[in-house]
Amino acid sequence: MALSRRKFLNGLLGIFSLGGMAAVMSPVIQYLTPVKKQETAVSSVVAAKANELTPNTGKLFRFGSKPGILIMTPDGEYRAFSAICTHLGCTVQYSSEEQQIWCACHNGHYDLNGNVVSGPPPRPLEAYACFAKGSEIFVQRQKS
Amino acid sequence: MLKKITAWVEDRMDLSTVRHLMLEKTVPKHRYTFFHLFGGAALFLFVIQIVTGILLLLYYKPTAGEAYKSVKFIITQVPFGWLIRSIHSWSANLMILAIFLHMFAKYFLKAYRKPRELTWISGFILLVLAMGFGFTGYLLPWNELAYFATRVGTESVGATPLIGHWLLQVFRGGEDVTGATLNRFFAIHVTVLPLVIIGILSIHLLLVQAQGMSKPIDVEEKGKIPFFPNFMLRDLMMWLGALIILLGLATFLPWELGRPVDTFASAPAGIKPEWYFLSMYQILKWMPAALAGIPGELIGIALINIGGALVLLVPFLDRKASREERSPWFTIFGILALVFLVAITVYAKLY
Ligand code: HEM
Ligand code: FES
Repeated sequence: MALSRRKFLNGLLGIFSLGGMAAVMSPVIQYLTPVKKQETAVSSVVAAKANELTPNTGKLFRFGSKPGILIMTPDGEYRAFSAICTHLGCTVQYSSEEQQIWCACHNGHYDLNGNVVSGPPPRPLEAYACFAKGSEIFVQRQKS
Repeated sequence: MLKKITAWVEDRMDLSTVRHLMLEKTVPKHRYTFFHLFGGAALFLFVIQIVTGILLLLYYKPTAGEAYKSVKFIITQVPFGWLIRSIHSWSANLMILAIFLHMFAKYFLKAYRKPRELTWISGFILLVLAMGFGFTGYLLPWNELAYFATRVGTESVGATPLIGHWLLQVFRGGEDVTGATLNRFFAIHVTVLPLVIIGILSIHLLLVQAQGMSKPIDVEEKGKIPFFPNFMLRDLMMWLGALIILLGLATFLPWELGRPVDTFASAPAGIKPEWYFLSMYQILKWMPAALAGIPGELIGIALINIGGALVLLVPFLDRKASREERSPWFTIFGILALVFLVAITVYAKLY
């Protein structure tokens, strides 16, 4: 007989041990995986008061649980983006001096349309729609 | 009295191995004997970490709401709390420095060659664990710099192919760096890493004891130094030196606490990681957005991992040293690696 009893039993033992290991690891892995939180997806927020920004400045605002950045271009136009750098996730800021959006972590630069000018970020910042209503500036997720 | 106690124990247990270790262990004497002192320095600083870490635990609170306040309490209210925290932070840095010096010293002595491959490998694991201590500990005061460092660090883990996103979530305890991340880092820093490092360190030290001290290839040996007490006293001098430097730094340059985390603030200008992560940071910064369609950060992280793997595999790459032949190429390569590491670190610090 090619398969001796010993080999057969050892093989069986191996399979059982693997099964046992899987039975232990599976709950542990699931325990380690964080529980998904129900995020109430905000679709629009008030980002600033109408007179808060002057041309060539910017501010951060809360967009749900994430930071967003609202800027007023030197021409006085409002633009809004996600403030999370597309490189490794730092929070960006507006640099009035360079008239660009800047990430301090690895010196990433974005232009006033959120497109990458220089540095390691791979993608443009996610752009939001913004509009003035009454004395407030609203920011809204763009429908794709 | 001591004799009586020894005799009592001896009566019940064979102490000959211990006696052999204490009395017969020798260290080869040559030009580079002092290269054997850095491992001991790392060990000494590690003990300081354990002691001061336990002391910090008495007041530290690992929650997003309390962490910063509790550290502030330690350094402003608790008698000598500022000193304990400052020693813990400085000693962490000095320990990693000592580990690097130890590694390069052993590298240039070719101490990794057969039969000490496992000593080298266990040592490499210790280096990675020590950096893990640094990374997880950095976040615990829950200050602004640490918050962004953790966001960047965990995000780069997320670039790992296939399981990256899962790993990122496991480290962060969710999609973002939050109080859940702090809880996980705390658990890793004070339970997982100490247990694992003590296990690996035991193997490392056991191997060193079992195999005795290595001799460099082709270096004239001028006899042997008994370990106990002669070499032990040199170790003690080294520890004293380390202690003086440590206390000087901790007292006159108390470790800063920085500003508390504000999850809706921009990353501050000039933000940089601790010095031992600067080389990796600079590599990530230099990477373009993409090269030949592969994301830049993935290339950067792959390069860092390849570098680590090369260090890990040195004993198997240097075949000549394993045959007790000189391997000048490895010496040259080591010097180049050292110069590169220092240069890139200084560059990253300055620019
Ligand atoms: C927590 C970190 C570490 C501690 C506490 C530590 C401790 C020690 C001690 C006390 C010795 C004996 C004294 C000496 O030779 O300096 C030693 C030897 C050694 N260590 Fe480490 N070590 C650590 C990390 C490392 C690393 C990162 C490496 C290299 C990757 C390494 C490689 C070696 C080698 C090859 C020896 C053998 C020495 C010989 O026989 O010449 N160790 N270690
Ligand atoms: S995280 Fe913004 S440039 Fe790297």
